[in-house]
Amino acid sequence: MTENRMMVRVQIMGESYEVPEGSTIIMAMEYAGYQLKRGIGCREGFCGACATLYREKNDYKIKGGLACQTVVTDGMVIAQIPFVPAEKPVYNITELTPDIDTIKAIFPTVFRCVACNTCTKACPQDMEVMDYIQALKRGNIERAADLSFDCIRCGLCALRCPAEIVQYHAGTLARRLYGRYLAKKSPEIEERIKEVKEGAYDGEFEELESMSREKLSEKYYSREIKLK
Amino acid sequence: MEISYFPGCTLKTNGRNFEGTALPLLELFDIHAKELDDWYCCGVSFSQSADNLMQQIAPIRTLVKAKESGNTRLLTLCAMCYNTLQRAIFFIKSDEDKRDIIHDFMYREGTKFYGDEVEVVHLLTLLKEIGSEEIKKRVKKKVDEFKIAPYYGCMLLRPKEVAIDSSNAPEIMEEILEAAGCETTYFPFKTECCASYQIVNNSEIVKARTKKIVNSAVKNGADVIVLSCPLCFYNLDEIQIEIKKEDKNFKTIPVLYFTQILALLMGIKSEVNNFSLHYIDPTPVLKRKGLL
Ligand code: SF4
Ligand code: SF4
Repeated sequence: MTENRMMVRVQIMGESYEVPEGSTIIMAMEYAGYQLKRGIGCREGFCGACATLYREKNDYKIKGGLACQTVVTDGMVIAQIPFVPAEKPVYNITELTPDIDTIKAIFPTVFRCVACNTCTKACPQDMEVMDYIQALKRGNIERAADLSFDCIRCGLCALRCPAEIVQYHAGTLARRLYGRYLAKKSPEIEERIKEVKEGAYDGEFEELESMSREKLSEKYYSREIKLK
Repeated sequence: MEISYFPGCTLKTNGRNFEGTALPLLELFDIHAKELDDWYCCGVSFSQSADNLMQQIAPIRTLVKAKESGNTRLLTLCAMCYNTLQRAIFFIKSDEDKRDIIHDFMYREGTKFYGDEVEVVHLLTLLKEIGSEEIKKRVKKKVDEFKIAPYYGCMLLRPKEVAIDSSNAPEIMEEILEAAGCETTYFPFKTECCASYQIVNNSEIVKARTKKIVNSAVKNGADVIVLSCPLCFYNLDEIQIEIKKEDKNFKTIPVLYFTQILALLMGIKSEVNNFSLHYIDPTPVLKRKGLL
């Protein structure tokens, strides 16, 4: 009886299982005997590999989340998604211009957005997905890059979009265009790259590489962070 | 004075000559158009289908932004955006059931919109409110024998509920341009439809319409056509090039946004006109008339 109270009943891919209360969906699936090879990654909510769709008891809404971050509830119905078969256009970033014509050519579907906000509701990162798509529609690459910055490319937005837009790939293009053409250049980086190439830090690296784990750890925690 | 401003997508791209001239113009009257944050494309044309709820969401979201901005008078320049936003207001006011469905659909955002909270105003209406006297005061250049044909198309006039002036015989553009010292010319096709989105699937219709409209303006002695809709602009401007290819006798005429003429008359630097966005080059006639 004691054990029963700590268990919840969930449905995973159509089968019913009892799993420990408080488990994440990933933990619940493994508890139920699944060996996950696809749709699993860092288990820390960073990589975006474990998109999942689920529904909770007495709720008609299908929700999305990351299986490693979403805790199961009693009566939950879970469908783990191995991967999202979204279209991924191929382009050469060095041949593009950071403007609306590029968006039109590579992601014409962006212009079908009806501003339903379904993508935003689906996003486990709580990002303003619709807003970054709308920014692209206006040709505001910088805004789109900024708003899509936290995207982990889980694909849930694209799965729910009625206009069949692949938001995360479009957001990636925005960030690439921004990084390559629009971001302010940092002369410090150029300078540092030059120093690295010239071997200015080779000696220090060699020293670090030859240190014992303890010494390295001691050095790491006692390091001084210099800000210019 | 500050007024909320919805530019719409085209004014940020192909319509830069419109926004570029309109905003500095307003500054001359101490009106600062404050662009809404992260606004949404209005959907471009008001959906005519019976099941058009989804198409209403985008304009309504923009109206909600204006409501939340606290500055609830919302300025538009593009005639299309004006029409779509204004009709979304009528839509939400006139159908309670559909309004409830839309509110339910936006449950997560927790926003509601009933229609009366925001007033959409077109730039022409705003200039008319400012009045002829104030307009006159800001004019720096005088032009002689420069005949302008104002073209309204549909979006500012139809349907009647959203019309900024008489649907049949509008005069608002004439009033404003005349206040600025221009001569306007009447031509019977000024409220004729340019065939609008037919450009996408049947450009022949647009060609036929453009030919009629342009011929009529030319016959009535116009030097330029002015308007306030980016789609009319494209249809009347670019399509003339196509017509000319087929008909050597066809006489072309430059097309401009009405704000471009006003900006030139009021001495705003000419670069904001982005003349490279025009297919029929308006600079020769503007130079001849002393505006450039
Ligand atoms: S924007 Fe889309 S792909 Fe990126 S994290 Fe959100 S739902 Fe996932
Ligand atoms: S789900 Fe698709 S159509 Fe809806 S707001 Fe997001 S991108 Fe636009």
